[in-house]
Amino acid sequence: MKTLLLVAAAVVAAFLTIAQFGTAGWTRPPILAQQHGFRGTGMDQIQTKAGAAALKAANVAPDPAEPVEQGSEKAGTTYENVQVLKDVSVEEFNRLMTSMTEWVAPEQGCTYCHNTENMADDSLYQKKVARRMIQMVQHINTSWKEKHVGEAGVNCYTCHRGQPVPKNIWFENPGPNYKTAFTPRNNGQNMASPSVGLASLPYDTLSEFFGKKDVDENLIRVNATTALPESKGKPIQAAEKTYGLMIHMSSALGVNCTYCHNTRAISNWSQSTPQRTLAWHAIRMVRDLNGNYIEPLTSTFPANRLGPTGDAPKLNCATCHNGQSKPLAGAHVVETYPELTQVTADAAATQEPGKAPAQEPTKEPSPNPPQ
Amino acid sequence: MAYYQNIFTAVQVRPREPEHGIPVAVDNRVGRPFNSYLFGLIGNSQVGPIYGGYLGALSLTCGLIAFEIIGLNMLASVNWDPIQFVRQLPWLALEPPLPKHGLKVLPPLNEGGWWLIAGFFLTASILLWWVRMYRRAKALGLGSHTAWAFAAAIWLYLVLGFIRPLMMGSWSEAVPFGIFPHLDWTAAFSLRYGNLFYNPFHMLSIAFLYGSTLLFAMHGGTILATSRYGAEREIDQIVDRGTATERAALFWRWTMGFNATMESIHRWAWWFAVLTTITGGIGILLTGTVVDNWYLWAVKHGVAPAYPQVYGPITDPLSTPGGTP
Repeated sequence: MKTLLLVAAAVVAAFLTIAQFGTAGWTRPPILAQQHGFRGTGMDQIQTKAGAAALKAANVAPDPAEPVEQGSEKAGTTYENVQVLKDVSVEEFNRLMTSMTEWVAPEQGCTYCHNTENMADDSLYQKKVARRMIQMVQHINTSWKEKHVGEAGVNCYTCHRGQPVPKNIWFENPGPNYKTAFTPRNNGQNMASPSVGLASLPYDTLSEFFGKKDVDENLIRVNATTALPESKGKPIQAAEKTYGLMIHMSSALGVNCTYCHNTRAISNWSQSTPQRTLAWHAIRMVRDLNGNYIEPLTSTFPANRLGPTGDAPKLNCATCHNGQSKPLAGAHVVETYPELTQVTADAAATQEPGKAPAQEPTKEPSPNPPQ
Repeated sequence: MAYYQNIFTAVQVRPREPEHGIPVAVDNRVGRPFNSYLFGLIGNSQVGPIYGGYLGALSLTCGLIAFEIIGLNMLASVNWDPIQFVRQLPWLALEPPLPKHGLKVLPPLNEGGWWLIAGFFLTASILLWWVRMYRRAKALGLGSHTAWAFAAAIWLYLVLGFIRPLMMGSWSEAVPFGIFPHLDWTAAFSLRYGNLFYNPFHMLSIAFLYGSTLLFAMHGGTILATSRYGAEREIDQIVDRGTATERAALFWRWTMGFNATMESIHRWAWWFAVLTTITGGIGILLTGTVVDNWYLWAVKHGVAPAYPQVYGPITDPLSTPGGTP
């Protein structure tokens, strides 16, 4: 009996040890800790040296394309059906097209968006989306320059990273749809959702906080502003939603809570870091982009690009940040692409997305952009 | 060969006839007693007979009903898939009613009705078990110390799931039944109410909790260390100190200048343990009902220190009226 128990205990201990090594996702020293607030407040950013090096290596901005000589011809006059980049010189235009191919569809090449028989043809949905995305990039680099992206700016690569569909996109999550007589209520939570760091927090927080452009400005705020109750406060369920959003932001940026907050008083602005202000604007930016640029493209996308509820693939913090506090380590990615740092066409001047282009086939094919 | 030195020796005592203890007036003990080697490793090797009685049976039945309601709701939430049930078990929960139902006695079953029913049966089970504990202690002619200690834990349970939701006017304020969900609820609770660490009753509760572990280690260590001099007879030694008590007392007077007595150490331990949940319950009860933001409360009363500004002034970008800090 005693021997049997000893053997059984040893086997269990051995299996548990092996399981621990295999599954626990260990963080191995050496650790990099960076102080990010007053001493003693625990405001430190923690990374492993190996993790930081791997993250840096995985987030390198591509070299900008070789500069071109400016010609006098405008893309809008040389090529047919140029709607957004009309006033850009032909050389700049072709340079940008080459770069976009590298940023978004390096394997698929020009044909990912263009009908090479007729480069002006809008029949591929990718081309219509790309046109809108150029406008979105211009919008980010102008309207959101002061408040969020700064001099670094964004280009297609910030999100796309050489892939036609960026790695970090999201859809509305309606939750499980079981066809049973008894429908249990999971309160929209308890699902180990990756969007909330595998916690049991509500899994569709992104729809609530990022999906709509016009929401209550105080939606995220759950704390009382007075020490004692003076009015009816928000329920704990609201706090869980905010918590879920914050976990998303934290994991998207590869930082912990103290990157923005002094966690002794999470809601207190005066003790927060300047990054919190940036993040506050970023939340508005994401709502703006999803609401004004992504959502209207829903009918342009084919069904296989849409989510379970038929919604367009939307962006969140991770779409650009990809695990870094500054996307692409803060590289200035639009310095040599001035056409992306200004709005070159009115929104109204371009075709409504989703509508088929009322375009006559051009008589002569436009010259192919350099491959 | 181990030999019997004192009752703290790890020797399994197995009498030829199982011990039945003192005779009591009402004896509902059921089952045939037997000896277990495994139990003997951690306690007395004799298992049973256990006291039955209608309170115990009722309590177990109520507990089983609550357990089944919670478990079946969790199973339903993974579409009755046993594999997913096991895989996702730590994440699954039976959630309390939606905020819109307030204190409605029976909201729709899948909007919190099941939670209320499960809560009712679990509470009934716990309270019945308390009565059973109290009555068994009395039947044996014991004091009711263990029953009251259990009551201290029940107090915290009732505050979390019943009294505080009543005072807040909504069942939605209560805790979900679930492993991770109740932990996430706890974190969200602290976040919602401006950091529970600034709640003085939370502070007290932590002090008593950690104090309990410290006292337990000190006392257990002392008795084990002096058992070779007969310290396991610590209750005798309250009045008849003997060399074990003398040595234990001297040890603590040497090392920290003061010693508890063989009697008082048990009162220390009992009070620390029960005060953990009593103060904790008070802290939870005050949260949201009389204090809405513990950090601001702590600033108001000079508890939270101010730190120097490391960054320039950071202001709320939302300066419109109604913006909150």
